[in-house]
Amino acid sequence: MSLLSIQGVWKNYHDHSVLRGIDLEVAPHEVVCLIGASGSGKSTLLRCVNLLESIDDGAVYLDGTEITDVRTDPDDVRKRIGMVFQSYNLFPHMTVLENVTLAPRKVHKTPAAKAEAEAMELLARFGLEGKAKEYPDRLSGGQQQRVAVVRSLATQPRLLLLDEVTSALDPTLVMEVLGVIRELKAAGMTMIIATHEMGFARDIADTVCFLEGGVLLEHGPPEQIFTAPENPRTREFLRRVLESGRL
Amino acid sequence: MTEGETGTDAPEESGGTGTSARRTKSEHQIRREAELHKRSRRSTSIATASTIVVAVVLIVGVTASPGWPTVQDKFFNPSQFADGLPDVLRGFLLNIKIFLIAEPIVLVLALAVALVRTLRSPVFFPLRAIAVFYTDVFRGIPTILLIYLVGFGVPALQLQGAPNDPVTLGIIALILSYGAYVAEVFRSGIESIHPSQRAAARSLALTHGQTMRYVVVPQAVRRVIPPLLNDFASLQKDSALVAVLGPLEALRQASIHSSLAFNYTPYLSAALLFIVLTVPMARFTDHLAARAARRQLAGGHV
Ligand SMILES: Nc1ncnc2c1ncn2[C@@H]1O[C@H](COP(=O)(O)OP(=O)(O)OP(=O)(O)O)[C@@H](O)[C@H]1O
Ligand SMILES: [Mg+2]
Repeated sequence: MSLLSIQGVWKNYHDHSVLRGIDLEVAPHEVVCLIGASGSGKSTLLRCVNLLESIDDGAVYLDGTEITDVRTDPDDVRKRIGMVFQSYNLFPHMTVLENVTLAPRKVHKTPAAKAEAEAMELLARFGLEGKAKEYPDRLSGGQQQRVAVVRSLATQPRLLLLDEVTSALDPTLVMEVLGVIRELKAAGMTMIIATHEMGFARDIADTVCFLEGGVLLEHGPPEQIFTAPENPRTREFLRRVLESGRL
Repeated sequence: MTEGETGTDAPEESGGTGTSARRTKSEHQIRREAELHKRSRRSTSIATASTIVVAVVLIVGVTASPGWPTVQDKFFNPSQFADGLPDVLRGFLLNIKIFLIAEPIVLVLALAVALVRTLRSPVFFPLRAIAVFYTDVFRGIPTILLIYLVGFGVPALQLQGAPNDPVTLGIIALILSYGAYVAEVFRSGIESIHPSQRAAARSLALTHGQTMRYVVVPQAVRRVIPPLLNDFASLQKDSALVAVLGPLEALRQASIHSSLAFNYTPYLSAALLFIVLTVPMARFTDHLAARAARRQLAGGHV
C-alpha cells in the first residue's frame, strides 16, 4: 500500500490554479523527485501535503487515511511528516540543540534529557556534534541546512518533504547536503524532494515527476525520464536544462 | 589576534598558520598608523574647542539678556531649591512607585492584547473584537483626559468595591492608556517576524499557541525592546499627570512649594529628578540598540 496517495489535487490562488489535478502515489521507502520550471507548483504541492496550504479539490491520504478531511487535526498529520525548507528557517534565537529538541520536547513530550541525547546522536551522525551550542547565524549555509534536516528528523517522521534544500547554497556546500540526503535514502526514509539539481535527481530518485503549470505531465524511473521522456514538454524542459549546463 | 589588528595586518605569507605568528609592521604601516593617530588627536582638540565656544556663547547670551536677573531669581534660586528639594524628592518616590506598579502590568496587559489579536479561530471573535476596540479607543484618548475620567468618574459611580484612592485610580488610568500603546508595539514586533518562521514551527507540529510562545514572541520581544524602553521613559514622565487627582507626587509637591513662595525653582528640582531617571534609560536603550546592530553584523557572514 502507498504511504502517501495524492488524488486529483487542485489548488487555487485567487482565480489562478497552481495545481491542476495532481495524482501521485508514494510507496514506503520510495524517493520521489519533483522537477519542473520555476512556478510549476513543486513547493505548493509539498505545502499541501504538509497541510500548510488547504486544497481546493481532491484528497491526500497518509497511511490510508485522508489527511485533507476537514475533521483531521493538522498537527496530528504534521507529527508524521517532516519538512525542510529552501531557506532553512532555523529559529535564530535558539541554539542548534534547542532548535532540534523543540518539537520532541513540546510536541512529542519527550523528557528533556532523552530529547537531548537523541538530538546529539543525530547531530553527530551528520557531523554537527561540535555545533550543538552554536546559534544558527554562526553556521555556514550548508551547516544550517543540515541542522534543518536534523531538526525535521528528530521527531522520527514517516515521510520527509524537502523543498529545494540546496538552492540557497554554493556548489561546495551543495555536496555536503546532498550527501546527507543520500544517507537518509540508504536508511530507508521515504522522501519527496523538489529540486533543480537534475544530476542529483537522476542519481537518487526512484521516481521522477515532471510538473508544468500545475500538471504532473510525466513520471517514471529516472533513466526513462532523463533519457527517453515520452512527453514533448518534458523533452523541451530537459533540453533547456541541458543548455544551461545543469545536467 | 584581536579584531582591530586583523584589518591592518598585511596578508600572511603563504603557509603561515595565521593565528599565532605576528609579523613586525612594515615602515609603511607604521607611518600610516602615526598619521591616523595624529588625526584622531586633532579631531579631539577640535571637538573640545567647539564645545567651549558654544557653551560660552550660550551662557553669555542668556545671562546678558535684560530679563536674566528676574529669571535667575524665579527659576534658579538656590535657597528655594534647597527648601523645596526634600518634599519634591519625597513626592518623586511616589512617582517611582506609580511607575514600578504600572509598568509590569502594562507589559502583561499589552502582550495579552497583542496575542489575542493574532488568534484566527472564530471562537475568539468576541475577544479579538474587544482587543481591537480597546486599542482603538484608549490610544485615541489623551492620557491626561483619561486620568480625569477614571480619577473622577469611577468614584462618582459609587460602585461597591471600586477603588477611590487617587493614586490607584491614576495608576489604572496610566495602565489603560499605555497598555494600548504598548500592545501596538508588541503587535508590530509579532508581525515583523517572517511568516517562514511560523511555517517552520507549524511544520514541526507545534500548535498556534506553542508557535507563538516558543518561536514568534521571543523574537518579537527582542526586536521591540528599544521602542518599549522609549515608552517606559514616557510612562515615567506621565506619572506626573496623576498630580491632577491630588496625590502628593513630585509635580504636586513642587507646585505647592512654588505657590507658597511665589517662586518656580521647585519645578526645576522636579524636572531635574525626572531627567536623572530618564537619562540612564536613554543610554541603556542606545547600548541595547548598538549591541543589536553588532550582533546583526556578526551574523552577516556565512
Ligand atoms: N501565497 C501565494 N499566493 C499567490 N500565488 C502563489 C502563492 N504561492 C505560490 N503562488 C504561485 O503559485 C505558483 C506555483 O508556485 P510554487 O512556489 O509552488 O512553484 P515552484 O515550482 O516551487 O517554483 P520554484 O522552483 O521557483 O520554487 C507560482 O505561479 C506562484 O506565483
Ligand atoms: Mg519552490
